[in-house]
Amino acid sequence: MDINWFSADYLPWLILFFPLLSFLIIVLFTTHNKTLSAGVAVTGIVLSWVLSMIEFVKVVWASDVELGHEVFGSSFKWLDVGVTTVRMGVLVDPLTAYMLLMVPLACVLIFIYSMGYMRGDPYYSRFFAYLSLFAGAMLTLVLADNLLLLFIGWEVMGFCSYSLIGFWFQKKSAYQAGVKAFMTTRVADVLMLVGIGYLFAVAGTLNFRDILYNEEALHHLLEVSTPIIGGNAAALVGVLLVIGTIGKSAQFPLHVWLPDAMEGPTPVSAMIHAATMVSAGVYMVIRMFPLLSAGADFHNGDFSTPMALMALVGGATALGASILAVGQNDIKRILAYSTISQLGFMVAALGIGAWVAAAFHLINHAFFKALLFMASGIVIHAMEHGEHHAHEHGDHEHLPEPPDGLQADYVAPANDIRRMGGLIDRIPVTAITMAIGGLSLAGFPFLTAGFWSKDEIIADAWHGTTEGFPLALFVLIMLVLAAFLTAFYTARMWFMAFWGAPRTASARFAGIGSFRNRWVHSRWAAARRLEEEAVSPQDHRSFMLMELPLIVLAFFAIFAGFIGVHPDFPLLGLLDNPLHHFIAPTLLEEPHTLPLDGLPVLLSILIALGGLTLGWWLYGQRPLKAEDADPTEKALGPGIWTALQNRFYIDALYRQYMVQPAEKFAAVMVQAVDKETIDGILDTIGEMATGTGELFKRFNTVVIDGVGDGIPRAIARGAREFREIQSGRIQQYLLYVVIALLVISTLLLYQAR
Amino acid sequence: MVPLWMFLVVSAALFSTGLYGVLARRNAIAILMSIELMLNAALINIVAFWRYQAPENVGGQVFAAFVFVVAAAETAVGLALIILIYRRHQSVIAEDINVLKW
Amino acid sequence: MTWEALGFLIFSVITLGSGALVVTTRNLFHAALYLMVSLFGVAGLFVLLTAPFLAGVEIMVYVGAIAILIIFAIMLTPQVMQVVRPRSNQWIAALVAAVLFFLVLVSVLTPVASELGVDNWSAGFTQDEPADVPADTLTTLGESLVDKDLYVLPFEVASVLLMAALIGAALMVRPDEPKPRRPEAGPVIEPGPEQATTGGD
Repeated sequence: MDINWFSADYLPWLILFFPLLSFLIIVLFTTHNKTLSAGVAVTGIVLSWVLSMIEFVKVVWASDVELGHEVFGSSFKWLDVGVTTVRMGVLVDPLTAYMLLMVPLACVLIFIYSMGYMRGDPYYSRFFAYLSLFAGAMLTLVLADNLLLLFIGWEVMGFCSYSLIGFWFQKKSAYQAGVKAFMTTRVADVLMLVGIGYLFAVAGTLNFRDILYNEEALHHLLEVSTPIIGGNAAALVGVLLVIGTIGKSAQFPLHVWLPDAMEGPTPVSAMIHAATMVSAGVYMVIRMFPLLSAGADFHNGDFSTPMALMALVGGATALGASILAVGQNDIKRILAYSTISQLGFMVAALGIGAWVAAAFHLINHAFFKALLFMASGIVIHAMEHGEHHAHEHGDHEHLPEPPDGLQADYVAPANDIRRMGGLIDRIPVTAITMAIGGLSLAGFPFLTAGFWSKDEIIADAWHGTTEGFPLALFVLIMLVLAAFLTAFYTARMWFMAFWGAPRTASARFAGIGSFRNRWVHSRWAAARRLEEEAVSPQDHRSFMLMELPLIVLAFFAIFAGFIGVHPDFPLLGLLDNPLHHFIAPTLLEEPHTLPLDGLPVLLSILIALGGLTLGWWLYGQRPLKAEDADPTEKALGPGIWTALQNRFYIDALYRQYMVQPAEKFAAVMVQAVDKETIDGILDTIGEMATGTGELFKRFNTVVIDGVGDGIPRAIARGAREFREIQSGRIQQYLLYVVIALLVISTLLLYQAR
Repeated sequence: MVPLWMFLVVSAALFSTGLYGVLARRNAIAILMSIELMLNAALINIVAFWRYQAPENVGGQVFAAFVFVVAAAETAVGLALIILIYRRHQSVIAEDINVLKW
Repeated sequence: MTWEALGFLIFSVITLGSGALVVTTRNLFHAALYLMVSLFGVAGLFVLLTAPFLAGVEIMVYVGAIAILIIFAIMLTPQVMQVVRPRSNQWIAALVAAVLFFLVLVSVLTPVASELGVDNWSAGFTQDEPADVPADTLTTLGESLVDKDLYVLPFEVASVLLMAALIGAALMVRPDEPKPRRPEAGPVIEPGPEQATTGGD
């Protein structure tokens, strides 16, 4: 057979094949050679990126001829289940192509960054193996043409996140965080799997095109009635799938795992927060949007149950997480809460039907959040280096002992923004790129990508509100408040870390030597009249590897937004909103283009600038001194501040009422199944019987002496002998198995008559 | 020819003999031998059904061949395990190896 | 009585009789020898069933390899030769269970039970004149094992299984733990200038 490997049918397979292949190669062959392992991983992901770009270009060319109806893809017969056949395959439609623009690129940059960041780690190769698997799983998920394959990628990512968050497993807190992430998402995954199974049972297929692009199938799903949730199968499946997203994309109330996921190495955080894990959840609901909105005329204020759930959960998460982010001092934890909050934006946008805006924000967010995380990684490296240097200069600081295991309000010294300050002089490139990322996150008007996508979501909510939908009003209020707080905490974080004078010795010595861009630094140092220090070539190279991705991502954090500007917008509207035209034919029903409205744009500008100004006024114009108290802390009062630091006690609540009982239950079960249940129950029966017998004996000494004595004794002896059941002897167990088999088969035979 | 059920009864008898051996012998190697008897009973069953129900379909013989393969693998690993246990415990008596309890 | 029925009688008696001896003999070495005899009987039954190839395989694989392997194992574990008590103390229960199991099976398999009305397994397995086996069965067998539309995948999987069993068995009974080649493979991170990377973030 003549296979054209670059035809549309085979290309998608190759995209997901290369990272998985490099995972296998590293695990099987190159674990002992660190350089080679990193090389294999980077080669794999770069190949996959190149192929993605080819695929993307093809899709862009093809989109003139209605790609929505004629997608690229191929599938093969996977298994026959009676009358139905399950097919596995890949699918490239505009939404997939848009994801392919972001995922492999972000992965490539994260891989390159990791080569610098993880240098010297004893498990360097293993790290790259997991990263490759992670990337491969995400690409599988993005390219899948059915829910089952998507779920496979979803679960493999769950495993990867577990092993990467707990990568430094010597730290108790790290492996606890890994377990926490795995278990929390698992709660949601189980329900999602139930939803997938139910969907298969009702629709008879899991293929996206067969369900989502097929009015009949959707109609059929609506007609099947279920006793719970919404009354029809579409709503029930939708709610279960949304619950899956709530777990994966860390929405309230299953958001608790994401802030603790910071225990992993920083490239992992960037991976989870930008390219893979949390994006997967939002991607899935965008993909399943026709099912989630089935039967709902949301343009006229009729929202389906899953949509209402998304709007409520997303809105609450967006605001709640941004409030929490204000009260954090750990640089990575601030970013983690901001991720949760931004994902809340996307989920809420989907809840009011603005799926194009959600996809737009998903991609933009991935770019600037990857940038912010990698920059924060450099900051942490620099601070750790500063600690070493401070020691060498005899400048001993009193550092708190790290706690044993996870603790909500503990901040590692190197991550603590209160201990930073003035880092712009030590790591200028990082400071500037991080400022760009932060502005994008805050939605700095007109220039940054974050502004355009956030504005589109708010415009949609505004439009809904003017039509008089209470749900849209709720989303609008939540998101506006959240956006304001986002701008504020971003400014707070940046000014506290980079502005003013160093507040500790660690910050004073930060970043010199170990990781420093020689060229930039020497010029910067000359301009700022700082003293020069020598840098070794290896350190220099590591630092280049880490800064290069930042610069690339900074570019995207600005320019990725211009493709989605409303066509009526002055100047930039001349681009004619290519994103909307490109992505619209993904679904059966083309999304409406809302008329441009000046008020929401003005609102977006005001909240972004207002938050940033407030942040600058509190932290920027008069930088914090070492002895100053945090102005936000003063304003909020100690009670609220402590509550924020402890994450509103949600984690503690779960710990108290869910994890600890579960652990106790497990501990009991360990004893119980083996010891207590079998032994204990029998003992208790024996004791009770003996006790009863004793009672009998006393009661009936005169009347029926012998009987009262005999029965309990017999029972007690029987119980004691019955205890022998748990002997540890295999043959005895086997005998029970055979006896049970006999009983069952006899029953079956007699029933068969 | 002999009717099919006779072969099946012989197979059932051999299987039950093996079952008794597995349940009653103390020596682990003897248990392994009894398992071989049970596997052979299954083999007789497979071949007899093939012969009487579908002699033109070669699948029955293929199946039997795979049972051979599995039996060989099972014996090799089982004996290795027994020898390993013997080194640890200085015993191959199944009752003595009762560490798998509370 | 046809010669086939006679052969069936002889071979089943051999099989079952030595099978019973396998599970009852005190001396384990004798038990292994009886096992070989019993397997010869099974091979004879295969011949009666017109499966001479399987009979050959039975003798080569079981009698020639597995039984010998078992005998080796018996010799390698010397304590087992001196038999104290061959039966466990649950042997009566085991005997009852086995007999009951046999009875259940027989009630399903035989037409006798159907006639008595114990079960409704109407098949009864009373066929006694099956179609002839094609003469080229062995050729077909060989071809179908390597036919990609039929059994080549199970065939390869079986070979992988054998390989895995071989390696696994050899690995398990390997005499001594060799010294680990790379001492740094342990879970402890060596302290060094790069320690900082594993610090707190």
